[in-house]
Amino acid sequence: MILEVKNLNKKYKDFQLKNVNLSLPKGMIMGLIGENGAGKTTTIKAILNIINTDSGEIKIFGLDNKKEEKKIKQDIGVVLDDSFLSEYLNPMDINKIMKNFYQNWDEKLYFKYIEEFKLPKNKISKDYSSGMKMKLKIAVALSHHPKLLILDEPTSGLDPVARNEILDIFQDFIQDEEHAILVSSHITSDLEHIADYITFINNGEIVLTKTKDELLDRYGIVKCSEQEFKKINKADYLKYKKNRYEYEILVENKNEFKRKYDIQIIDKPTIEDIMLIYIKGEK
Amino acid sequence: MNIIISNSSNTPIYEQIKEQIKNKIVSNELKTGELLPSIRSLAKDLRISVITTKSAYEELEREGYVETIPGKGTYVANKNIELIREEQLQKIENLIDTAVSIAKISNISKQEIQNIIEILYEEEN
Repeated sequence: MILEVKNLNKKYKDFQLKNVNLSLPKGMIMGLIGENGAGKTTTIKAILNIINTDSGEIKIFGLDNKKEEKKIKQDIGVVLDDSFLSEYLNPMDINKIMKNFYQNWDEKLYFKYIEEFKLPKNKISKDYSSGMKMKLKIAVALSHHPKLLILDEPTSGLDPVARNEILDIFQDFIQDEEHAILVSSHITSDLEHIADYITFINNGEIVLTKTKDELLDRYGIVKCSEQEFKKINKADYLKYKKNRYEYEILVENKNEFKRKYDIQIIDKPTIEDIMLIYIKGEK
Repeated sequence: MNIIISNSSNTPIYEQIKEQIKNKIVSNELKTGELLPSIRSLAKDLRISVITTKSAYEELEREGYVETIPGKGTYVANKNIELIREEQLQKIENLIDTAVSIAKISNISKQEIQNIIEILYEEEN
């Protein structure tokens, strides 16, 4: 495991992370999904030791994230919402600053990315489009040869073309199987393609963490009438949502469900469907 | 090599990949000993998860169509052409068996079935 979080707890006045567990093997991309305020950013900040935690253990590259913070951080690339770089810097200035920051800072690689992403070298980033700003952050995050990339909402606010380009960058990054990515997003369609694992956090708790294929290939959304719904055993579904004209029921194994019940419509879910039924549904 | 994936299909993506590669091996478009793309580059090019391409390759390996040499890559396995032919023949036999049963129940003659096969064959060409 390149990243392991065990029983992480953090209590705030009006919000708390409850027993958060996740593990990310190397070579893989994990998508951390959940609505705004669900705890995605708090989890990421705890992993990066930016906030204090109440209890729990976090290991990165097998090392404790607090005790070995300095060592670990040399090998992590981070993209957070609140950039620590001033918007009044251009890529040239940023290079000078980062050179002193990271032992492994690779100037050549950095400018290769700047060129590849078509970022104007002498323009301050304040004048960049949002897509360009994000690409600049990613270029900075990648240029000290990190093994683990942690990104908080890298695609929010970007148009489909820019989002697509960023997903390409991610898939390039994990061509090296020693690498891994943890990426949070509420735009689940981005992760639907490239993520290997999906971890869904709701209200400070991990609701599920699974391979994406398991979610998309095994889970199903049953649609039926009220009469049909009443015949279904509670143990056979995860959550249901009563709509005006139908019931929507999330089941863990659609083929098993098909064998048991005579219900015609079982759709293949999207990650968004699963998320919505979990958040809005009942049991 | 073309691999075409449908996201809206009910067939899992790994299975779509597996079937398509299998067809290419059977039809000899992919030849014995040929190197397949790595799971990572295939995932990237198809814009899918690494786990998905990995499952597809693992299944192909289990069924004997490909061979993975650690550190080198995945190759089309060699012994299999005969075996694959055998498998395909078996499939054909089963399908024709079904056809024959239906024919017998409904009093359709052997000649008529043979005619159907002739016609279908011609159409294919």
